[in-house]
Amino acid sequence: MGKNVRGRRDFMGMALGGFTALGGLGALYAMKRSWDPLPSVAAAGFTTIDLSAAQENVLNVEKWRGKPIFVLKQSKEMVSKASEASQKRLIQVGDAYYMVAVGLCTHLGCIPGYDAGNQSFLCACHGGTYDSTADVTKAPPPRGLDIPPFKIDGMKLVLGEKGPEYEKMLADGITMPV
Amino acid sequence: MAHFDEKAKPFSHQWLNDRLAVDTLKRVLSTEYWIPKNINFLWAMGMVLAATFGLLLISGIFLLMYYQPNVNTAFDSVNYTIMTEVGYGWLWRHIHGVGASIVFLIIYIHMFTGIYYGSYKKGRELIWISGMLLFVLFSAEAFSGYMLPWGQMSYWAGMVITNLFSGGSLHADFLVEWIRGDYVPGQAFLNRFFMLHVLLLPLAIIGVIVLHFGTLRIPHVNNQTGEAIDFEEAAELYKAGKKKESKVIPFNPVFLSKDVFVMGVYFILFFYLVFYHFEFAMDPVNFDPADGLKTPAHIYPEWYFLWSYEILRPFPTDPGLIAFGFAQVIFFLLPFLDRSPNVAPAGRRGMFNLWFWLMLVDMIVLTFMGKLPPEGIWSTIGLVAAITFIGLWVALPIITKLEKKL
Repeated sequence: MGKNVRGRRDFMGMALGGFTALGGLGALYAMKRSWDPLPSVAAAGFTTIDLSAAQENVLNVEKWRGKPIFVLKQSKEMVSKASEASQKRLIQVGDAYYMVAVGLCTHLGCIPGYDAGNQSFLCACHGGTYDSTADVTKAPPPRGLDIPPFKIDGMKLVLGEKGPEYEKMLADGITMPV
Repeated sequence: MAHFDEKAKPFSHQWLNDRLAVDTLKRVLSTEYWIPKNINFLWAMGMVLAATFGLLLISGIFLLMYYQPNVNTAFDSVNYTIMTEVGYGWLWRHIHGVGASIVFLIIYIHMFTGIYYGSYKKGRELIWISGMLLFVLFSAEAFSGYMLPWGQMSYWAGMVITNLFSGGSLHADFLVEWIRGDYVPGQAFLNRFFMLHVLLLPLAIIGVIVLHFGTLRIPHVNNQTGEAIDFEEAAELYKAGKKKESKVIPFNPVFLSKDVFVMGVYFILFFYLVFYHFEFAMDPVNFDPADGLKTPAHIYPEWYFLWSYEILRPFPTDPGLIAFGFAQVIFFLLPFLDRSPNVAPAGRRGMFNLWFWLMLVDMIVLTFMGKLPPEGIWSTIGLVAAITFIGLWVALPIITKLEKKL
């Protein structure tokens, strides 16, 4: 058999290699899937928040998918103080405006603290700050706090469900999918 | 068919030799593995590291018997069961904690010794690269182990470090959630990092240690002057009984006896820390159980990660991540970025000497700034030091290209 002739042995080598590679890919996929969040983890993702008892400029921290959720009822003065872009981040429920956001710094995920006097958030990890609409006012965070998917239901918010108001915010680029 | 001595008694020397070539193995791996005479105590750091890894392994085995990788019980299994109930449980934990911290001190000494004496050049590139692989694996091992007590620092370090994988503006949250197996660090996260810490990573570390030793066998270890020794000629002299004239000694028993002396001194310090000053390796914040709704006031990594953390911190997210990634991989490229053919101690290499000391001081400054809160003057010093780090690496090929041949 000549050097450059593809013979029976080459065919067997390639067939064996091919099937082994296929099996290897399958195994890799199985391994990838084993690391995915479990269905029970993914499904337990809905939380209802009642907004009727919220007080102006008092931060409430709820929990959704293990993450802290900031809820801050805005006073009239807070709304008017915010820039036009920041105002779009607020959610209108009834006749009041609320800031609802995932309370994890968009830099690396620490929880910013709220200073009610200055009406601003400070992340102690790397010094980022946010205004009362949770829009970023000082780097390193690249953007304001993310707004979780929500659906307005009377005076309640269902987190994890995507209502039309949330879809509009996504479409307008006001927040990113969480 | 090999020749087997019929008369050899089972497990006698001859019997083993016929089946396992024990004499050949001993000769190749120890009694005729040649080490230059012209070295100092810094050449003992490799065996010091191997011994420390051994201690980590043994103490880890005992911790493993009582540790529970469960978000509800992990904290108590460490801080209550192991620390107060298990006989001498505190000893294993303190050896493990102090060992994990000190092993990085020795790794850094080992690395900077290699950089100073040019031990990564001319045939020794693979020694350097396999050593850097070990550094990365040890870093992963340290991080995964830090998750296990499931205290506040475990949780928040886990949160911050896994968030790095979102790639800043790439916003790859799916990757972060995949790594965690959850939206936030939880049971799946703890369990998989437990697996990594006690099985996969130690297995990989042991494999790469073998590789690291293997890469040494042919180029041999460097020496204090960087002299290219003819090991065969020097070995013949030694074997002919001219030990004084020969430039080498056998690894075993001659070099090893010196190693053992250095290890003796090292272990006095090590166990002094284990018994009397273990607290430096135990962050007080991690004695609060993990709480996903409360960030500690300052999140900082253990001291050995501070320099790379400080390279991440002073920049906005994306440039910060790029700088951080740069810092993680750039040391791998050292043998190729150093363009000078000279294998010599930095002290004889002109500009490179300055580069070496600047790099060392810069990394110490970064380490200190990483621990301080990111405010005012500290922020500025951190930024300057981070830019200096990158600048030094950019300058390295240029200054080594200009270096005069010795």
